[in-house]
Amino acid sequence: MDYAGVVGLEILYMIAFLALTSAGLAVVFGMMRVINLAHGEFVMLGGYTTIACYNNGINIYFAMLVVAPVVVGLVGLIVERTIIRFLYGRMIDTMLATWGLSLLLIGLVTLIFGNTAVSVPAPVSGYQLGDYQMGGYNLFIILITVALVLVMWAVLRFTRAGLIARGAMQGPDVVSALGYDPRKIYMYTFTAGAALSGLAGGVLAPLTGLLPSSGGAYIAKAFITVITGGAAVVSGTLSSAVIFGTVNQLVSFAAHPVIGELAMLALAIILLRLMPKGITGRFFRDGT
Amino acid sequence: MTFTRREFLRAAGAATVAGGIPAVAFSADKEIKLGSVLDNSGNLDIYGKPMVIATRLAVDEINEAGGLLGRKIKLIQYDTQSDIALYTKFAQQLAREDKVDVVHGGITSASREAIRQTFKRSNTLYFYNVLYEGGVCDRNTVVTGTTPAQAVEPIVERAMKKWGNKVYVLAADYNYGQITAKWISYYVGQRKGTVAKTDFFPLDVADFGSTIAKIQQEKPNWVVSALVGGAHMSFYRQWAASGMNKKIPLASTTFGVGNEHLALSAAEGDGILIAGNYSQESTLPANKQFLAAWQKRFGDTKIVHEIAVSQYQGIKLWAECVRKAGSIDREAVLKAIESGASIEGPAGKVAIDAKTHHASLDINVMEVKNQKLAILETVKQRAPSDTARYCDLQKNPDENKQYEVDI
Repeated sequence: MDYAGVVGLEILYMIAFLALTSAGLAVVFGMMRVINLAHGEFVMLGGYTTIACYNNGINIYFAMLVVAPVVVGLVGLIVERTIIRFLYGRMIDTMLATWGLSLLLIGLVTLIFGNTAVSVPAPVSGYQLGDYQMGGYNLFIILITVALVLVMWAVLRFTRAGLIARGAMQGPDVVSALGYDPRKIYMYTFTAGAALSGLAGGVLAPLTGLLPSSGGAYIAKAFITVITGGAAVVSGTLSSAVIFGTVNQLVSFAAHPVIGELAMLALAIILLRLMPKGITGRFFRDGT
Repeated sequence: MTFTRREFLRAAGAATVAGGIPAVAFSADKEIKLGSVLDNSGNLDIYGKPMVIATRLAVDEINEAGGLLGRKIKLIQYDTQSDIALYTKFAQQLAREDKVDVVHGGITSASREAIRQTFKRSNTLYFYNVLYEGGVCDRNTVVTGTTPAQAVEPIVERAMKKWGNKVYVLAADYNYGQITAKWISYYVGQRKGTVAKTDFFPLDVADFGSTIAKIQQEKPNWVVSALVGGAHMSFYRQWAASGMNKKIPLASTTFGVGNEHLALSAAEGDGILIAGNYSQESTLPANKQFLAAWQKRFGDTKIVHEIAVSQYQGIKLWAECVRKAGSIDREAVLKAIESGASIEGPAGKVAIDAKTHHASLDINVMEVKNQKLAILETVKQRAPSDTARYCDLQKNPDENKQYEVDI
C-alpha cells in the first residue's frame, strides 16, 4: 500500500518534471513555430542563476521563483531582438542559429562558473510515507507545476493578452489586420517562453548537480513532450506529460530507469506515427 | 594545445633554422622529452585540469633540482579536449614527430586503449596514472593508479563490520562499474554477507527516484555506490533530499575522485564512507610539501584530487627509475622499474610490482566530514591482486592485452 503511494508520487513528480521543463518550449513552439534548440541552455541558465543568487545570500525561493525567470527572460528578450526576429518563418535557419546559441551559452557559462558540477541543497526536508522516506522537494515541484499550468491556462483563456496571443497563433494576418503588431507579440511570447524555462531551471536546480552541459539532459525530453503534445500549449503539453510520465515511471519501477526512458521514446514514436500533428492535433482541437 | 605563444615561436623559429642545416646539429636533443596527453578542456576537464597542473609541478620540481642525469626535462603537453580522436592524433605526434622519451597521460580507459598500442609499436615507454578497472598486461605500460581489488576490500571490510551483512550495489554501466560491482560482491560473499541487488546506470541517468524507493523496499544494511560523473551526482543529492542519508549508510568507491564532496553541501555529504589512495587531509610530510608547492605556484589546492596526485607520483617514479638506470634508454628504464622501484609520494609509498607493472599503494579508508575527506584508517601497501591473477610479465614479457577481470 505504501509502495503504491510511493509509485504514485513518483509518477506525479515525473509528469510535473516533463510539464515544467517543456512549458517554455511549448509556448515558443506552439505560438511561433520556432524550434528553439537553446531551450536546454535556458533551463541551465535558470539553474545557475539560482545557485549564484543562493551563494550570495539571497533567499532561495526568491532566487528560483523570481530572479531566475526574470534573468532568463531578459536573456530571451536580447536573443529575440538580436537573432530570432530576423529568422521568423525560416525554420531550418532558426534551428541552426539557436543551436549555435546553445553552444555559445555553454561556453560562456563554462568561462564564468567553470566546468565543475555545482549545486544547492534542497530547501524542503524529506518526510515519511509509511515505511518509506520520500523527498519533500518533489512535492514542492508538483505544486509549483500545478500552479504554473493553472496560471498559464487562466492567462490564455481569460485575459485580453491571452486572447491576442491565441489569435496570433491561429491567424497572424488577421491579428495584424486588427491592429496588433505580430512582431511585438512574438517578442513578448519568446521572452515569456524563456522566463518559463528559467523558472524550470531554478526550481529543478536543487535536485540535480548542474554542469554547463546540463541543458542536453532536458532538451530531448522537452522536445518529445512538446511535439507529441501538438500545437495547443496547455492541454497538449499536459496530456503528453501525463502519458509519458506515467509510462516512464511505471516501467522504471517494474524494470529499470533506463528501460523506462526507452519505453517513453518507443511510445513517442508510436504516438507520432498515429497522430503526426500531435495529441492536440487530433483531440481537444479547440483547447488552449 | 598548451604551447605558450613564445614556446611556439621559438619552436617554429628553430624548425625554420633546422630546415637549412642537417638535423643532427639540433642542440635541443640534449633535453629529455616527456610527453603528456590529457583533457585540459571539455567534459572531462574536472579530472584533466588538475592533472595538467600536477604534470607541470612534477617536471618543474625535477628541473629545479638539477634535472635528470644532468639534462633538463622538456614537457610536451597536448590538450585532447575530451575527444578520443585527438588522443590518437596526439599520440602519433608524440611518438613519431616529437619522439618523446616517455609519455604520461590518458584519463578514461577508452583514452588509454586508444593510445597504448601506438606507444607499444613505437617503443615509447608509457605511464597511465589513473585509477581504473584493472587487467592491463603490457610490458611497455606502467600503471600507478589503484585497481578495484585494492580499494574495494578495505571498504567492504569496514562497512560490514560497522553496518551489517546486507548490501545494495549501485554502479556506473561501463567496464569500471561492472568490474567493481563484481569485486564488491566477491568480497561481500567472502565475509558471508549478501548483495540484495545490483543496479547499473548509464552515465547520463540523473533521476534516481524509483531506485531510492526500491532500495527502501529491499531494506539493506548499507548501500555502496560506484557511480561516476556529473549526472550521477544527482543520486547523492536526491538521497539526501529524501532524508535517506540519516537512515541507511552509504559507502562509495568513486566518491571524491572528481571532488564530489565539494559540490555537495556538508549536510548532504557527511558520513559517506569511501576508500581511495589519496586524501588532502593526509598528514604525511610528502603531502604537506606537495600541497605547499602547489599553493605557491598554482594557487588554489582545493582542486587537487587523487588522480592528479597519481600523475605527480607517476612522473616522480619514472624519474627515480631513470636515475637508477643511469640512462633514458627504454630497456634500461624498464629493467629499473622491474627491479622493484618505489618512491614516497603525497599519497604514501608507490612500489611497482614487476609481474604486472602495476603499483602497490596505501589505501585510506575515509569519511566525508564537512566537505573534507577525513582519514579513518590507512591500509598499507595493498597489492594489485586483481591484475596479478592473470598477468605475469616476468614469465610472458611479450604479452599485450587487457584481461577482463572476472570472479
